[in-house]
Amino acid sequence: MVQTELLRESGQREVFCGLTSIVWLHRRMPDAFFLVVGSRTCAHLVQSAAGVMIFAEPRFGTAILGERDLAGLADANEELDRLVSDLLVRRPEIRTLFLVGSCPSEVIKLDLAKAAERLNTQLAGRVKVLNYSGSGIETTFTQGEDQALLAMVPLMPSSAVEQLLIVGTLADAVEDRLVQLFGRLGIPVVTSLPPRRSTELPPIGPGTRVLLAQPFLSATARALVNRGARLLTAPYPFGVEGSRAWMAAGAEAFGVAPAQVAAVLDPLVERGRRAIAPHRELLAGKRLFLLPDSQLELSLGRFLQRECGMELVEVGTPYLDRQLLDAELALLPEGTRISEGQDVERQLERVRAARPDLVVCGLGLANPLEAEGIATKWSIELVFSPIHGCDQAGELAELFARSLRRRAALSFA
Amino acid sequence: MELTLWTYEGPPHVGAMRIATSMEGVHYVLHAPQGDTYADLLFTMIERRDRRPPVTYTTFQARDLGGDTAELVKRSISEAVARFQPEALLVGESCTAELIQDQPGALAGGMELGGIPVVSLELPAYSKKENWGAAETLYQLVRGLLKPQLPPPGFAKPSPSRWQQEGRRPRVNLLGPSLLGFRCRDDVREITALLADYGIEVAVVAPLSARPADLLRIPTADANVCLYPEVAGSVCSWLERSFGMATVRTVPIGIGATASFLRELHHLLGLELPAELEPGPDGTCQAERRSRLPWYSRSVDSTYLTGKRVFIFGDATHAIAAARIASRELGFQVVGLGSYSREQARELRAAAAELGLEALISDDYLAVEAAMAAAAPELVLGTQMERHSAKRLGIPCAVISAPLHVQDVPARYSPQMGWEGANVIFDAWVHPLMMGLEEHLIGMFRHDFEFVDGHLSHLEGASAPARPAEPEPPDDQAAAEPVASVLPGHGAVVWSADGEAELAKIPFFVRGKVRKNTEAYARDRGLVQIDSEALYEAKAHFSS
Repeated sequence: MVQTELLRESGQREVFCGLTSIVWLHRRMPDAFFLVVGSRTCAHLVQSAAGVMIFAEPRFGTAILGERDLAGLADANEELDRLVSDLLVRRPEIRTLFLVGSCPSEVIKLDLAKAAERLNTQLAGRVKVLNYSGSGIETTFTQGEDQALLAMVPLMPSSAVEQLLIVGTLADAVEDRLVQLFGRLGIPVVTSLPPRRSTELPPIGPGTRVLLAQPFLSATARALVNRGARLLTAPYPFGVEGSRAWMAAGAEAFGVAPAQVAAVLDPLVERGRRAIAPHRELLAGKRLFLLPDSQLELSLGRFLQRECGMELVEVGTPYLDRQLLDAELALLPEGTRISEGQDVERQLERVRAARPDLVVCGLGLANPLEAEGIATKWSIELVFSPIHGCDQAGELAELFARSLRRRAALSFA
Repeated sequence: MELTLWTYEGPPHVGAMRIATSMEGVHYVLHAPQGDTYADLLFTMIERRDRRPPVTYTTFQARDLGGDTAELVKRSISEAVARFQPEALLVGESCTAELIQDQPGALAGGMELGGIPVVSLELPAYSKKENWGAAETLYQLVRGLLKPQLPPPGFAKPSPSRWQQEGRRPRVNLLGPSLLGFRCRDDVREITALLADYGIEVAVVAPLSARPADLLRIPTADANVCLYPEVAGSVCSWLERSFGMATVRTVPIGIGATASFLRELHHLLGLELPAELEPGPDGTCQAERRSRLPWYSRSVDSTYLTGKRVFIFGDATHAIAAARIASRELGFQVVGLGSYSREQARELRAAAAELGLEALISDDYLAVEAAMAAAAPELVLGTQMERHSAKRLGIPCAVISAPLHVQDVPARYSPQMGWEGANVIFDAWVHPLMMGLEEHLIGMFRHDFEFVDGHLSHLEGASAPARPAEPEPPDDQAAAEPVASVLPGHGAVVWSADGEAELAKIPFFVRGKVRKNTEAYARDRGLVQIDSEALYEAKAHFSS
């Protein structure tokens, strides 16, 4: 284990809550509806983060608690049942309904697990009702996906089938490509959680080897292991190095010979390096500061340092799960400063003092930092863009290089 | 419990943030969990603000709930005061903190904060919304700061014409302009210049760009101008009650309203009405020539605007103003008028009644879309959401009201108020219609060799999402469907081949209307099929 400098901070966090992950989860599963049980703030957060004005009728919504619901929980449960039944009449195509807990629903202890159970009985299998919490008092940003997937685990059928299970939402095209490559490596059965159709959950059991596509799925990983699966540890599939190691870990678990792995993956690595090269030219030697946000920061820092030659000033992460990030930590340079949690004011003081060449941060901070003359890359784009795998390594590097390239391209002289 | 898929207004604490962020020297400590910081991006992204909103969030977590969240509030307050040294401090809570009842305002009241004014905000998150929160915050802040100046009960109201005795120019306050309000930045500049033309000075503009010290000067003005009733209505009423300050409530959007506003202000301040503002025999005045809208509207080129069916939805202020301009100044026919501003429902209902309409008061955008479809308008004036609904229905649209999109904060000067505002409105409302015609032309000549595949109109370009995070799903399918098919009750009537052929001979710009009228006629007559004869019968029926 490489020595890193760990800074634990608590204070104001400039990070979304777990509800935000609905934005990509609902697109992955077009037959699912995400119903937040919360306040107008929750509704406003999700629509502001998603920019949802473009949808005719989105597959997510908020059951906004009113004063009457707060006064009596019995009524709140009745109200929720009424609202769900209205919703399902209007949206008959919905097969899975996620009841998503929020800060207010958690604080008033509205039992959504019980509500889901009750609704499941009422709906008699026509629609599956699941529940999880995306509340800001318990989850940050991408942890919402972890909780949503965790809720699906008990529904996965048991099976001893030999399979590789990829866990974490991927863009469909990226998923197809990864499945194809694993096929070339000689792994015939590759399944995904979440699946594209909420009702077509992959099986789980002792024959399952799990590769996490995202570093923020701690609870889901534990639950899958409890169902008999084996969790493979590897760096995450960002950049050619991480992607190769990640795929190789999958191959190794199926006894694929290293020569076969090299024969399939090395040409991709080679091509990926060529795609990164023009961006590396721009990024190499530049100093990078990652503020805590999507929980991808360690993996991205590793990619940008090792493959793009950037210097890491500080890598912030909302929380540090050493078990899931062990392989990433091992690849970071000696002495890298990692900060866990956040005190945004103090962190910004460090940013200003360090004057990095690029800061990865959330949308609330990007323009203010740009106005101070500091180049930024919005982190939210990283959870919406297809960035996984050797084939996307060039695009991933480009996302960071673009900020610098644009600044260099502008002139008002 | 209420199902909300999308909301026009945020929670009330976002309204409070709008006031704090609009001002200078104010800081807002908000007791709120992680995630509520999302609201910062409304300002840094939509308004492209170069600074973070002056808000400190306590960001409490589940593990804090068992412990001392009150201590966290106090720590956040003292750190924020030390770091930002505000001239006034707002203290409040968001929806979740309201439930744990730490009472941050009371906590702040018990702290030694070096004498800075502290205003405790109680904004009921489970019953109120953003605009109410903004209005309440402005009111509480002004009330808190002006408390030491309160005149004794039974005081003599200051005369709005006292400037004459005091040997100075008359002066007024412009109240209500705020961030995330529609074109407030430019309205302030326009109205300030307009007033200067008549020798009226502006004492205080608030909340936009005001400091707490500026609010202390509010009573030095002769009157208040309530530019945006959604935000400034309550504070203006309070200033009337407590300081005897008169309020001008006419909102100067449109020609007629701008002229009325100026007349009202002159009358109130005891200023002699300049000849150019004297209404002539036809009710118009010379001053309105300062805007091009009246002449552009009278010019023959605008003949085609006559009777255009317009559906209007927005905040109450802009919707009411739009109805007046559309019906009187552009010769449109208003076929629907609505607002999400429940607080101003009475005014909106009155405006709708004048036009023989029933007002739609709703914050359910799907209900608004349904009303829009049923009204079959040729132009929609609405919020960004109505722009999307209109696009799905294939109807041109101009945006007239918040909630804002980054496109609603244009780089150029584009007020809504005053003479220049009327110019901006003429262009903004009429151009989509011309573009609508171009759409048809492109459709008509699509097969000509000059038109290549992939020719896209600017309508499509205009709806491109401003944030890369917004993926736009293909809605070509919805847009490509004829408007009639989405209207209720259109399923029963079919067109015969010769009916369609006859319809195709009708000029494209009236074809939609003819189709709709003929279908209505056919349904009334119980016809199942529309052939060419039925079409001519319908034509005769409607022209007789």
